Amino acid sequence: MAEQEEPTKSLPIVDSQPSREGSRVIGVPRRRVDGRAKVTGQTRFADDIFLPRMAHCKLLRSPHPHARIRSIDTARALARQGVYLVLTGKDLPIQYGILPVSQDEQALCLNQVRHVGDPVAAVVAREELTAFDAMDLIDVDYEILPTISDPEEALATSAPRIHEYGEEGNIHKQVALEFGDVEQGFAEADEVLEDTFFYQGNTHLPIEQHASVAIKDPDGKLTIWSSTQTPHYLHRALAKVLEMAPAHIRVIATPNGGGFGGKSDPFNHEIVVAKAALLLDRPVKICLTREEVFYCHRGRHPVLMKFKTGVKRDGTITGVHLQTLIDGGAYGSYGVASTYYAGALQTTTYHIPRYRYEGCRTFTNKPPCGPKRGHGTPQPRFGQEVQLDKIAEKLQIDPADLRLRIVENPNTVTANFLKLGTVNLTECIQRVVKISDWKNRFRQLPERHGVGLACSAYLTGAGLPIYWNKMPHSGVQLKFDRGGGVSIFCGATEIGQGSDDMLAGIVAEVLGIDPFDVRLFTGDTDLGPVDLGSYSSRVTLMAGNAAIQAAERGKALLAEAVSLKLEVPKDRLCFDEQRVFDSTAPDRGVSFAEAICLAEARFGTIGTVGSYTPPKSPALYKGGGVGPSPTYSYSAAVVEVEVNPITGWVHVPKVWIAHDIGRALNPTLVRGQVEGSVYMGLGEALMEEQEFRRLPKRLSHALVHKFPSMLEYKSPTSLDMPEVVTELIEDPDARGPFGAKEVGQGPLLPIMPAVANAVYDAVGVRIDEVPITPEKIMKALAEKKAGREPRFGPDHFPQIKWPEALRVPPPWEGGDGNAVNDTHREKPHPTKEKLLAP
Amino acid sequence: MAIFPIESQKTAQVRFTLNGEEVDVSFAPYKTLLEVLREDLGHTGTKHGCELGECGACAVLLDDKPVLSCLVLALECAGREVLTVEGLSNDGRLHPLQDAFADCGAAQCGYCTPGILVTAKALLDANPHPSRDQIREALSGNLCRCTGYLQIFEAVEAAMAKIADETKNRTEVRGGS
Repeated sequence: MAEQEEPTKSLPIVDSQPSREGSRVIGVPRRRVDGRAKVTGQTRFADDIFLPRMAHCKLLRSPHPHARIRSIDTARALARQGVYLVLTGKDLPIQYGILPVSQDEQALCLNQVRHVGDPVAAVVAREELTAFDAMDLIDVDYEILPTISDPEEALATSAPRIHEYGEEGNIHKQVALEFGDVEQGFAEADEVLEDTFFYQGNTHLPIEQHASVAIKDPDGKLTIWSSTQTPHYLHRALAKVLEMAPAHIRVIATPNGGGFGGKSDPFNHEIVVAKAALLLDRPVKICLTREEVFYCHRGRHPVLMKFKTGVKRDGTITGVHLQTLIDGGAYGSYGVASTYYAGALQTTTYHIPRYRYEGCRTFTNKPPCGPKRGHGTPQPRFGQEVQLDKIAEKLQIDPADLRLRIVENPNTVTANFLKLGTVNLTECIQRVVKISDWKNRFRQLPERHGVGLACSAYLTGAGLPIYWNKMPHSGVQLKFDRGGGVSIFCGATEIGQGSDDMLAGIVAEVLGIDPFDVRLFTGDTDLGPVDLGSYSSRVTLMAGNAAIQAAERGKALLAEAVSLKLEVPKDRLCFDEQRVFDSTAPDRGVSFAEAICLAEARFGTIGTVGSYTPPKSPALYKGGGVGPSPTYSYSAAVVEVEVNPITGWVHVPKVWIAHDIGRALNPTLVRGQVEGSVYMGLGEALMEEQEFRRLPKRLSHALVHKFPSMLEYKSPTSLDMPEVVTELIEDPDARGPFGAKEVGQGPLLPIMPAVANAVYDAVGVRIDEVPITPEKIMKALAEKKAGREPRFGPDHFPQIKWPEALRVPPPWEGGDGNAVNDTHREKPHPTKEKLLAP
Repeated sequence: MAIFPIESQKTAQVRFTLNGEEVDVSFAPYKTLLEVLREDLGHTGTKHGCELGECGACAVLLDDKPVLSCLVLALECAGREVLTVEGLSNDGRLHPLQDAFADCGAAQCGYCTPGILVTAKALLDANPHPSRDQIREALSGNLCRCTGYLQIFEAVEAAMAKIADETKNRTEVRGGS
C-alpha cells in the first residue's frame, strides 16, 4: 500500500445539477438503451462470436490439489488428427496477477499446481470435441504434495509452501492497524461483548460461462473479445505476459452475462487463447464449462471473525476490535485488498471512536478467492450487525433505536480516516421501520415467525486505482455528428448493471437530446479512453462525472456558435427536445443537428473529452489506500422469516429495504440492482456455499470441490424469491453525477445479518454463521432444548501471532492520517508500481 | 492425407421448422439442438449456462413446449417445430413479452433472457391469465442471477395484460366488420 500523492489536478467539472423538474431523462424510469438487443437475443456475448477458420481451445486442468509437475508429454496429443497446437507452462512463463504485489499466477502451471482445476496445458483444435479428446492424450507426471484445506491448517503448516512469497509459511498477508487505544475504549465501556462468526465462501455463479476469442489482426496485432469486467487490467496483463507493446493489443470487453466480481481478474484462459491466436494466425476461442467456472472462482472469501465491542449503557460504542482469518485459496488475486477491505468499512455506519483491526489471509489448496459483490465487506458486516442485535438485546434497547442513536454523521472523517459524503442511514432505518411495521412485529410475532434488521454502507468507487498512477480513473470522449447524433467512447464495461444506459442518459440529459440519439462504443481499449473497469461500484460516479464534463464542454461549443447565429446571449440558450433555443422565446432556435453544424463551421470538427479523478483521501497510513471513496451508499433492511422447527427450513416471505442512493438516474435499473442484491444476499444467507471435501484416502485424499455444478450449488429460484419493498432515499450528493451514489453492491450487505437476526426473533437461536442452513438451525434448536447456549457458530478464534499494529491516532485525537510508528515505510515513488485499492 | 476426424464429419442431416421457416442442416450427429442452433445455423440468441440441463438459459420451444436444448439431440428434431428468441418478434414488431421485458427492467445482463422469454411465451400461450404463483412455477427452471426475478414476474404480467387487450381489440374489430 502506498500513501497517496496529490492526484493530477483534474479540470473543473462543470456544475451540472439541474433540478428534477428540468430533467427529461435523469430520474425518469426508462427502457435501457440496450434493452432491445437483450430481449431479441442480439446482445453479442463472447461465445456468440464465430469467425471463419476459428479453432477451439480447451485447458487440461490438474486433478490434484497440490503437486509438483515432474514432466508433461504432449506428443500423443499433438499427433491427434485435428489438433493444431498444444501449449504448456514453458510457452507462457511470465507471472501475472491483478495486483502488482501478487503477480503469482501463470497462464499454464510451470512447476506446481495449487488447486484442483489449475490449468497445466492447452489444446487448440479444429473442433472443440477434438480438443476435449486430445486432453486425455497429454501425459502429466505429478509428484503429489501435502494439501492445505483451511486457514487453521495453513497457520499450522509452514511447509511445503503453496507460494514462495507472502508473510511466512502459508500466510499470504497480515494486516494490523489501530486507530486510538481500543483497550482504553473497553475500559470505558459498560458492556464488552466478544463474538466469533464464520462466513462461508460462495461464488458469483454468473449464468454466462467465461469465454474469449482472440485473433491476430490482418495487420499483425492482437485483438481479444472477452467476458471481462476489467478490459484495461486485462490489457496490461496481456502486454506483460505476451511481451507485446500495449499499443498492439486491443481488448474488447463483450457485454458480460453477469459478472458480480467474478470476471475482474485477468484469467489464464484469456492469455492462452491470445498466445494461440498469435502462433496459429487464426481465431481461437475458449468457452469454459460450468465446472471450470467454479475453478476460476475469485468469489467470496471464507472468513472466521472475532468481534470485540465495547458499549455504554445507552448504546454508544466505545471501541471495536476485529480480527479476521481469511481463506484465500491458491492465489493472491485481489486478496491483499480483500484483507484490508475486511477491516475498512466498519467505521462508516456507526460512530466508532477507537478501532483496531487485525487480518490474516492464508493460502489454501482451493480455487482462489477474490472480489464478489461487496468485496471483503459482507463478512465483517454480518458479524458487526449480528453482534449489534445481541448488544441491543443485552441493553434492552430496540435494535432499530440502538442504531439510530449511533449513526455516523455526514461529511465526517472516520477513525480510520475515511471521508464520508452524504449519510442518510437514519432515514433508511426510519423508513424500513415504518414500512415494515417493525414496532408492532419485532419480538411480537407468533412463535416461528420473526423479523430482523440490519444496516450497511458501501463504496461508490474505490478512491485509488489498482496500480499506482496519477491519471484519471475514467475518461469519456464525445464525437458530435452533423446529423445530430452523439457518439460516446468510454472504456466502461457493461456487465448488465446498465453502464451504457447511464452514459447515454447523462449525455442526453446534458445536451437535451434523446438517449436513442446516442451511439455507444464502450469496453474497447482501442476505441475509448480508459475506464478502470466495472468493480467497486465505481462506474456511475466516475464515468458519469467524466461524461458530464465532456458533454458540458460540447454544449459550450454549440452554445457559442448558436449564440452568434441567433444573437442571443449564451446563458439564455436552452438545450431541450433536440433543439437549442432562446429560453425567453422558445420559437427562436435551431435544431440540435444545426447547432452542431454551426459549431463545426466555426471551430472545426467537434469532439470533446471529460475525465474524472477521485478526491484525495486523508488516509495517509500504509493500507489507507483501501476504503476511501468519493462517497458511500447506505442501506437498511428488515427481513421477515418463518422457521420450521421440525425441518429447520427458513422461509422468507418479505423483505423491506431502504437505500440511500443520492439520486436514481434510471429508477427502473436502480430497483433492479436493489432487488438483485436482495436476491443474491438471500442466496448467501440461506444456501450458497463453495464447499470442498477430501476424497477417501484410498482414492487420493485430494481436496475437491463438493459440487461444481449449478444443480448442487444451490441458488434461489423464482420460487424462493420473496416480495421486496424497495424505498429509495434520494438526497443528491454533490460528488456524484446528478447526485447519484452507488446501488450495485450496497443493498446486498444488510440481508445476511438481517436474516440471522430474524431467525433469532423467530425461534430464539443464534446462527453466527452463513449460510444459515436447516441443519444448523436444528443443531441450535437442539442446544436450546438441552438448556445449553442456543447457538450455532464457531467456538474459537485461533491464536495468531500478529505483527505490531500501525498506530494511527484518529482525527479527534489529533491524528493527521499517518501512522506514528511506521519506521519501515518507503517514501512514495511516483514511477514505481504499488498496490493501491481495487 | 490426414483422416478427417469423426467429430468434424457432418453426416447427420435434418429438416425441421425453425421460427416458422423450414431449414435443412447438416451436422455432426453427436450435436445437441443447442449446438446446432448456435454453431451450424448461426442462431446465437439461445444461450447456454451449463450444458447439463441445470440453468434453463438454453430453453427453446419444441412443438410449442419449452425444452432445454442442451439436452435434446438435434437428430430428434426432424420434422418438428423449433421456436427460439429470434422467432418471437413478428413483422418487425417485438412480441409483447419482449417489449415488457425491456420496459420493466426484466433483462439486466440479458443472458438468461432468451430462455425465459420463450418459457414465458409457452406459459401465456397455454394459460393467458396465469397467477403470480403460476408464473413463478413456470419459470422455476430458469435461473437468473441479476434481477431477483421480481421485475421478470412484472414483465410477464404486463405482457399478459397487453396480449389480452390486443386479443380483445382484434375480437372487437372482427365483430364490428
